[in-house]
Amino acid sequence: MERHLMDSKIKGVSTGTTILAVTFNGGVIIGSDSRASIGGYYVSSKTINKLIQVHDRIFCCIAGSLADAQAVTKAAKFQISFHSIQMESPPLVKAAASVLKELCYNNKEELQAGFITAGWDRKKGPQVYTVALGGMLLSQPFTIGGSGSTYIYGYADAKYKPDMSKEECLQFATNALALAMGRDNVSGGVAHLVVITEEGVEHVVIPGDKLPKFHDE
Amino acid sequence: MTSYDLSASTFSPDGRVFQVEYAMKAVENSSTAIGIRCKDGVVFGVEKLVLSKLYEQGSNKRIFNVDRHVGMAVAGLLADARSLSEVAREEASNFRSNYGHNIPLKYLSERVAMYVHAYTLYSAVRPFGCSFIFGSYDQDDGPQLYMVDPSGISFGYWGCAIGKAKQAAKTEIEKLQMKDMTCRELVKEVAKIIYIVHDEVKDKAFELELSWVGEVTNGKHELVPKDIRVEAEKYAKASFPSSVAGEEGNCSGIST
Repeated sequence: MERHLMDSKIKGVSTGTTILAVTFNGGVIIGSDSRASIGGYYVSSKTINKLIQVHDRIFCCIAGSLADAQAVTKAAKFQISFHSIQMESPPLVKAAASVLKELCYNNKEELQAGFITAGWDRKKGPQVYTVALGGMLLSQPFTIGGSGSTYIYGYADAKYKPDMSKEECLQFATNALALAMGRDNVSGGVAHLVVITEEGVEHVVIPGDKLPKFHDE
Repeated sequence: MTSYDLSASTFSPDGRVFQVEYAMKAVENSSTAIGIRCKDGVVFGVEKLVLSKLYEQGSNKRIFNVDRHVGMAVAGLLADARSLSEVAREEASNFRSNYGHNIPLKYLSERVAMYVHAYTLYSAVRPFGCSFIFGSYDQDDGPQLYMVDPSGISFGYWGCAIGKAKQAAKTEIEKLQMKDMTCRELVKEVAKIIYIVHDEVKDKAFELELSWVGEVTNGKHELVPKDIRVEAEKYAKASFPSSVAGEEGNCSGIST
């Protein structure tokens, strides 16, 4: 069976999508669009949530087949919660990402979903992990994913700086999402952003018409 | 008291499980092992009795590596201890495979204790006849020391002793201010305690097995290097009361 990064080959509802996660000084911002599509020509939902909370300070964004992604995150959420209770301490972001990776790798034939896991833990602070389609696990300072990400690689590589402030990082993430949603037909709707720090979790929603506008818009 | 001690699945009228208590007696027949946690690591010392001059030096090790950062010292039936060390190794390895990082010692010791406890529930099997001391060092959690006994409970310690001279060893350990000591200082004290509790009359020759894990080894559990071990043994023999000072014996320690 052919494996494509293009979600147009996915049967059923897919999250043709733009997702990203960026670390900044003291936390991490995770963001996504909110469009779910079928076959690339029908928008089945304008407002789905692609940012799944798997623990108090750990979020996952999903890309690929929506059904697969929801099944995997449900199983991962349970495993991470149980693990955290056994350890009597909040889970490490790395542990959460490893759980997702095990699920993706061991079921790689059936699944078609990729994830970005991001969060904050006491040991290593803010972290971002990519769990790719086949189960690869990679730690990065920031990462972008989904079909819309192809349009913003240049922007992200040029504009990312390590150790940004929260406001700079919010601006970076918002701009990146807006640019991707503007060009990718299967990304759109509102921009969801979650800011995760030691203190807590803050959810920011930017409706489509309030997104930053660039030249010719 | 007869017939209540035939299997682990039977309580006695005064609420004891005799098979588990007998298992603990088996541990008390074995020679002593101690573990002490200091401010930057954990040190293990085992009094390994040498039953025959024909044994190769360093055989029948009683300190095992469970993971890179975890060590285990045992007392009791050595065969039981060896199979449990495999159980501990698998737990540590599976944890790393599932969660991507080193297993916390508290969790490892609880998992192994749960396994040991399972064998105290049925008449078809006998309880494990060994106790063990786990030690580890981690950048964030620091040094940790846990002990598991045949009944299947585990406790965290700053210092503990198992085996025939555990009472005497515990008395010596309590004299130490281990929270303020470093591993290098502690190695000498551990050697000294083993020499003190060793009974020259009943058990002739012994080998001293020493291992450590801490900042000094960069978080890796390993046997103490030969030169440090020799120095520790010299210190131990020197602190002895003069009546036993001239004793030679095969106290040459293990080759690494």
